[in-house]
Amino acid sequence: MGAAAEGLTTDDGRRTLAPPGRRRVTVLARQQFGAYAVLRVADPGGPPPRPGQFAMLAAVERWGGGDGERPFLPRAFSVLRARPGELEFLLEDVGPGTNRLAELEPGDGLWVLGPLGIGFGVAASELAGRRALLVGGGVGIAPLAILQDELTASGAGATVLLGFRDGLHSAGAALLRETRIATDDGSHGHEGLVTDLLAEELDRDPAAVVYACGPPPMLEAVRVLCAEREVPAQLALESGMACGFGACFGCVVPTRDGYVRLCLDGPVLDADRLDSALTPGAGH
Amino acid sequence: MTPLASAADLPTSFCGIELAHPIVNGSGTFDAIAARRAFGPALEETFPFAAFVSKTVTLMPRQGNPPPRLWELPGGLINSIGLPNKGLAGYLTHDLPELAALPVPLIVNVMGFTRDEVAELVRAFAEREEVAALELNVSCPNVETGLIMGADPTETARLVERVRPLTTKPLIVKLTPNATDPGAVAAAAEAAGADALSLINTIRGMALHPRTGDQWLGGVTGGVSGATVRAVALAQVADVAGRVRLPLVAMGGVQRGRDADDLLRAGATLVAVGTESFRDPLAGARIAAELAGLRQEAPAPGAVAFHRP
Repeated sequence: MGAAAEGLTTDDGRRTLAPPGRRRVTVLARQQFGAYAVLRVADPGGPPPRPGQFAMLAAVERWGGGDGERPFLPRAFSVLRARPGELEFLLEDVGPGTNRLAELEPGDGLWVLGPLGIGFGVAASELAGRRALLVGGGVGIAPLAILQDELTASGAGATVLLGFRDGLHSAGAALLRETRIATDDGSHGHEGLVTDLLAEELDRDPAAVVYACGPPPMLEAVRVLCAEREVPAQLALESGMACGFGACFGCVVPTRDGYVRLCLDGPVLDADRLDSALTPGAGH
Repeated sequence: MTPLASAADLPTSFCGIELAHPIVNGSGTFDAIAARRAFGPALEETFPFAAFVSKTVTLMPRQGNPPPRLWELPGGLINSIGLPNKGLAGYLTHDLPELAALPVPLIVNVMGFTRDEVAELVRAFAEREEVAALELNVSCPNVETGLIMGADPTETARLVERVRPLTTKPLIVKLTPNATDPGAVAAAAEAAGADALSLINTIRGMALHPRTGDQWLGGVTGGVSGATVRAVALAQVADVAGRVRLPLVAMGGVQRGRDADDLLRAGATLVAVGTESFRDPLAGARIAAELAGLRQEAPAPGAVAFHRP
């Protein structure tokens, strides 16, 4: 196997370098999990992503190919799960880009650029004997699946807390193992917010590292809960991106050190770099 | 599939700089240092441009505009980035050594808020052998007169006259399309001693929040780019080519070799790729190869005269 298949990593093992061009891959399957679709693609030439890394996706057909058409730019998606030669992405049909991706069928072409960005830090030195607490909300559960796979394989294990709007969305919980669930309407698990479960877990045993991805208000609540208890947290943020590789400077988020490009210095940021996880324009 | 033509079949001379092909990047649309972080050394092996134009450098560091900075359009986008950069000192210390290591010539884009500031920037690069040419971003207000430097022929001429004696390097003036008569500005820049012109910069645009109706962009307005501006670029390039004898770097919505070929036929010497690189980092290389393929089918155009009624 060549270097590309093995993957060259930088940034303390949190980034696998991407090949510099987008590559055309083929959709193998699209499976529905309630409100979400999992897109599984064959990616024989792609290097293995680190948990929390993302890729820029665009359908080969009907994606800015003609003039006057949206979607035009590729869309950023965290990797849901990776197997040798295959990638999975989780999407919810909420706009022109996800609408187009959600109608792809097996055999359809997809442009993939990635893996991109810096993922979660899961080295033994990061955990330092503490347990990993994974907190996900909505479609933000995606990078936690590959993270759980990694933590399971390493023997570290993880406690997984997931929050959803309702029963239709909580079907996505089937993508992870041994989960505790909260729903806004109480149709599945705890009625309330996933951060209620997080507070409960941290009160029970605060020796934890929190890994979170979800809508900005959830991430902000996680940030505050962890800051109050001095629990380290890594947050996978979202920001509209045009390119995914630092070219457009469009995805900046404010940190205590000024603006950083989320595609380059994130999408996973240590919570203590942020004054707020309510980043402008996210979740639009 | 036709065999891929080689971009090496398109050697191009621009202001005395010998380039492998006529495809470069638009300033601020490709960060080679960031791309090296994402792609590693493989980037240099497949570097997509024949010359690299760096992001605008200002005298002082700039954070750029507050987010959100992007809005997607049908066939394009609005960006409101606000020229974040490390400032001249930071650029010289951190960026220039890295960019000088690229396998292609380096063109440095500079912008100042007064003529003195621009002069200081030009002077700083005048003797740097790493720098092949300088591009002046004139799409900003002169804080002394309140006028966008590049929107007014007299302002543009005064700026070019001021900095022309400071360097023997080729001076490229990047025209703004947000001018009443870009052709007149082009002619003024030529008369004042510019060596080349580049166009078009982005076109002013705005978007509202889809739910609240408030401004979407942190900077309120931004610049429109992408396929949606291609026809505007072609018309302005043809106009300017009819007004000046200077070589032109043409850009605006180039996505395919055919789009680049159109701009070359309209009178450009080089073509810059911008927004398309956001969709595909190696778009520049693909477009150069497509252009070489077109050249195999039809020879390079001579000067084209467009017939106006």
